[in-house]
Amino acid sequence: MSERRAGEDILRVEGLRVEVRTDRGPGPVLVDDVSFSLRRGEVIGLIGESGAGKSTIGLTALGYTRNGCFITGGRIDFEGRDIRQMSAAERRALRGPGVAYIAQSAAASFNPAMTLFEQICEIPVLHGVMAAAEAKTEAIRLFRELDLPEPEKFGNRYPHQVSGGQLQRAMAAMAMAARPDILVFDEPTTALDVTTQVEVLAAFRTLIREHRTAAIYITHDLAVVAQIADHIMVLRFGKMVEYGPAAQILAAPREDYTRRLVADRVAGHDFRALRTVGEPPLLRVSNVVASYRSLLRVIDDVSVEVSRGDTVAVVGESGSGKSTLARVIIGLLPRESGDIRFRGESLPPQLARRSKDQLRRIQMIYQMPDVALNPNQTLLEIIGRPVQFYFGRPRAEVRARVLELLRMMDLPEAFIARKPAELSGGQKQRVGIARALAAEPDLIICDEVTSALDQLVGEEILRLLKRLQDELGIAYLFITHDLGTVRRIANKVAVMLKGRLVAGGDTATVFAPPYHPYTELLLSSVPEMRRDWLDEVLARRGETLKAVRDAQIRLAS
Amino acid sequence: MLRLIAQRLGLGLLTLLAASVLIFAGTEILPGDLASAVLQNTATPESLAEMRKELGLDRPAAVRYVEWLGNAAVGDFGRSLASHRDVVEEIAPRLRNTLFLASYAALVAVPLAVALGLMAAIWQGGVYDRAVNFVTLLTISVPEYLVGYILIKYLSVHLGWFPSLANVTPDTPLVQRIGLTFLPMLTLVLVVVAHMMRMTRASVLQIMASPYIEMAFLKGLPKWRVVVRHAFPNALAPIINVIALDLAYLIVGVVIVEAVFVYPGLGQLMVDAVSKHDVPVVQACGLIFAGAFILLNLIADMAAILSNPRLRHPR
Repeated sequence: MSERRAGEDILRVEGLRVEVRTDRGPGPVLVDDVSFSLRRGEVIGLIGESGAGKSTIGLTALGYTRNGCFITGGRIDFEGRDIRQMSAAERRALRGPGVAYIAQSAAASFNPAMTLFEQICEIPVLHGVMAAAEAKTEAIRLFRELDLPEPEKFGNRYPHQVSGGQLQRAMAAMAMAARPDILVFDEPTTALDVTTQVEVLAAFRTLIREHRTAAIYITHDLAVVAQIADHIMVLRFGKMVEYGPAAQILAAPREDYTRRLVADRVAGHDFRALRTVGEPPLLRVSNVVASYRSLLRVIDDVSVEVSRGDTVAVVGESGSGKSTLARVIIGLLPRESGDIRFRGESLPPQLARRSKDQLRRIQMIYQMPDVALNPNQTLLEIIGRPVQFYFGRPRAEVRARVLELLRMMDLPEAFIARKPAELSGGQKQRVGIARALAAEPDLIICDEVTSALDQLVGEEILRLLKRLQDELGIAYLFITHDLGTVRRIANKVAVMLKGRLVAGGDTATVFAPPYHPYTELLLSSVPEMRRDWLDEVLARRGETLKAVRDAQIRLAS
Repeated sequence: MLRLIAQRLGLGLLTLLAASVLIFAGTEILPGDLASAVLQNTATPESLAEMRKELGLDRPAAVRYVEWLGNAAVGDFGRSLASHRDVVEEIAPRLRNTLFLASYAALVAVPLAVALGLMAAIWQGGVYDRAVNFVTLLTISVPEYLVGYILIKYLSVHLGWFPSLANVTPDTPLVQRIGLTFLPMLTLVLVVVAHMMRMTRASVLQIMASPYIEMAFLKGLPKWRVVVRHAFPNALAPIINVIALDLAYLIVGVVIVEAVFVYPGLGQLMVDAVSKHDVPVVQACGLIFAGAFILLNLIADMAAILSNPRLRHPR
């Protein structure tokens, strides 16, 4: 921000230390010796991977720690008063009118049993900042400011009656309701589609600028924070890695870790598959139509081809039908019409009618390894099951094969007796890959396999997948909303919009002008490191959106 | 949502039908039949056969079941064998007494249990929480007749505050009735409050782990408001179900308490009727109990459905 009143630190954090304490004694240190200060109207970006302590720091600004965590050192001065010395009542008075919080998932953070008005007006009214009627007027004004539909009536809705992007903005309205001095944004756009993220990000930025509110912006995405922060602090394992003006961190990072974060985002590695030509396609999906029990078609006339050694990316926003396409290919959702040929023969629509060999040759890796692995089984059972089921090998051989797969995944052999809970997120995803490979498939469907992982961990998973492809010649069907990844890993791409295929072919062709308008919208929405990126996107946005609408109308007719 | 409710209603009726079959079959397999019960000592094989023919008992059970059910559906339960009065007349005052005691106990127990449960959730792990958990566990573990006798010993015999006999008549005025039935009411409250209180506490605490509860704390709301306003409405469904089960118990399961306090309720009547082989009364009581049980659970089901804002306010 340009205009600043010097010397007016609203928040000053010094030597902050947060530890876990259990009944059995002290646990890990979550935040260690972190210091920063924040002036009125200024935005600091906290960046790092999961476990870096970003959220923990953000919450301490509200004098709050999660269960079992305790602030054990340092000061957190809000307007010159140490939050740690405040009484419980004083801390409560701080939350809302002093410091307000915006959580990652608005869907989970709004109470499902209360209307938006009730939840938003609660803060100013209970803190005695405004009377009920005034609070409502203020909420309506904020709704209008945040571009929410029907601002007068919007607040009468319940959270489930509002879309994800709108709800995230409603949460910003809730945080602003008591006119706080500081806003804490905790990964507020991470759960959103790229296209929605642009709009929400722009709304947040306007809000902060208009009200000259100070903000702590927590994210794992450097490109996002580049658009909004004046200062950036890079964190790792609870410690400060680098702290400085945003322009310096982005353009001339001093620390090696920061350089890696910046570099991965700017250049990236090329994992693209080398296409083998001349062979008939391994998988040919032709004019497939599918729907859930409703009349609405989720997949409408979609055709895709995958050859041996191919990596085909299916991209689109949530609700575009890309995951449904995976379910249709796998057979979990029987297709209504069209054909799916695999190795030249038509696959039966229903899973139950497919042969064991057909099942074996198409495997799947899931978005959330936490949910996809049975928590009560050891890795021997999880990875050994397909070996035994498809190949009927004796026990000793199953064990040997599981060990071999663990080695391929760069996992220690000792892990064979472990259960998923004892592994990190990236390790769990490797187990998911090992389980798919155990069936020795020709095609692996990867459903958003890196989106639940940290940037650098996800990068390693992509590298592993690429290596396996080079060694084994497996084809991948890659379902993702992350276009940066697509550009780097896929040699072919299919772009889906509302269950229809709007563009498809070689990645180089589809992702180069002239674009289909929707492809252009998606591509332009991927945050870039340049600090003026958001302004540029917003300037062109109206035009792009109009072109997409026109294209949709053409498709429908 | 209407479809959902209609579905529940249909299921409820089906359950009631199944219960009626069981009740009829149960009275069928009781030793001795209506004819022998009527004739008693004067029974000879000939007179029994004569009587059975007269009462229609020689016809197959299925035919008699349908006839009984048809009559019951229009409110005709036949005549009592013991008093020769219309069963409905026999039952009506007793049912009124039972419903009175049940509502009396429910009116005290439900708000008390919910309030105690919410307070236990607010001061979770504290002295109050532990004390209320201990006391309610105690009252739930002691058999209700013992609770009744203990209350009589102290509150009636020693202190003389309340009468030990709840011998109401149809023309006892309401104020007096409330005093007379105070001890049986208190006994029932002590028995059912524990269930509901513990369920309220447990389901509220489960909700307290949700992200929107953390959000409420981050909005600077005091804990009582977070519990009462934010957690409780989302914890309603399981609480409602336990309340329904306990209300059903108050109607159906109070025969022991009625016996202790000599209260003329429906449970007593049914036990008497069984010992007297008064089959029509037994059947009618059984059907009323089954109906009450099913109806309360049905209401609970619907209330639980209605407590879900997603169903109450569709997109």
